[in-house]
Amino acid sequence: MSTVTKEQVQDRVIEALASFGPDADSITPDKTFEELDIDSLDLVELAQIVEDDYGVVLKGEDMKELKTVGDAVELISSRAA
Amino acid sequence: MSASDQTPSGCALVTGGSRGIGAAIALSLAGDGWPVGVNYNADSAGANKVVAEIEAAGGRALAIQADVKDPGAPDRLFTALEDHFGAPVLALVNNAGITRDDLTPSLGNEEWLEVIETNLNAAFRFTKRALKPMMRARSGRIVNISSVVALRANPGQANYAAAKAGLIALTKTTAVEVARRGITVNAVAPGWIDTDMTAGVSTELLSHVPARRAGTAAEVAACVRFLISPAASYVTGAVLTVDGGLAA
Repeated sequence: MSTVTKEQVQDRVIEALASFGPDADSITPDKTFEELDIDSLDLVELAQIVEDDYGVVLKGEDMKELKTVGDAVELISSRAA
Repeated sequence: MSASDQTPSGCALVTGGSRGIGAAIALSLAGDGWPVGVNYNADSAGANKVVAEIEAAGGRALAIQADVKDPGAPDRLFTALEDHFGAPVLALVNNAGITRDDLTPSLGNEEWLEVIETNLNAAFRFTKRALKPMMRARSGRIVNISSVVALRANPGQANYAAAKAGLIALTKTTAVEVARRGITVNAVAPGWIDTDMTAGVSTELLSHVPARRAGTAAEVAACVRFLISPAASYVTGAVLTVDGGLAA
């Protein structure tokens, strides 16, 4: 897991979020999920993807704290490190 | 395009599929081209018979043992079916159920808990496991086999009725949560159906059935088959009674 870089996590998160609807080019770290029209079900699915890919288990309360794409990338990369 | 024109891209799992309504559902889904996992707990002969019948008709099926009460059962079954059929489970029928009837004043706590665990809690765990691949696939069908007693009282079945009513609430809530992922979640509420489960039970309820007869497992299976077919893509969160008018 120590080989996973923050950039790799960010690329994966953007790819996952793009599969929920928003255009990949519009997804930047400073964007909020609200701006991207990413809802709670999308975040549940993101958590499943992260668990499958990085073995990082994100609970509902973890996800509630996340406001921006950057928040998610920070949390996931800190747990995956 | 009719339902039978589209070959399912996944496989189906029917819990409690070795006999009665579950067996009829497994056979009907196989008829629509679904590879079917036929789950059973104790009746391996029954499950093998269903599989043999499906295979004789040119379909694919796998008999697979599990007590649905086992919290590890959903993951074990889903993984086994994914490996065997090489496709995700995109249709789940939560059919396994038991009765432990008694009037409420004398209904034991164990009988209450066993029925809730088998008929309701297990369905939640199977549903949760099923949603993961369905969300990824942006497609899926879940049908929960409830009962007319969730809608109309039948003395002696407080535990069974509570579990079956809980299934309806689970159905509606989950349906709304995942609707925009192309997943439908519906309930079928059979009335008096001639199966092993109703053999030997008082037929007093039958006198209240407007159709004046018991239903057949095939009549229930036909409704499940429709709800799982592409034709039912806009039906979700619904409760379809199959009861000869008993709940009307």
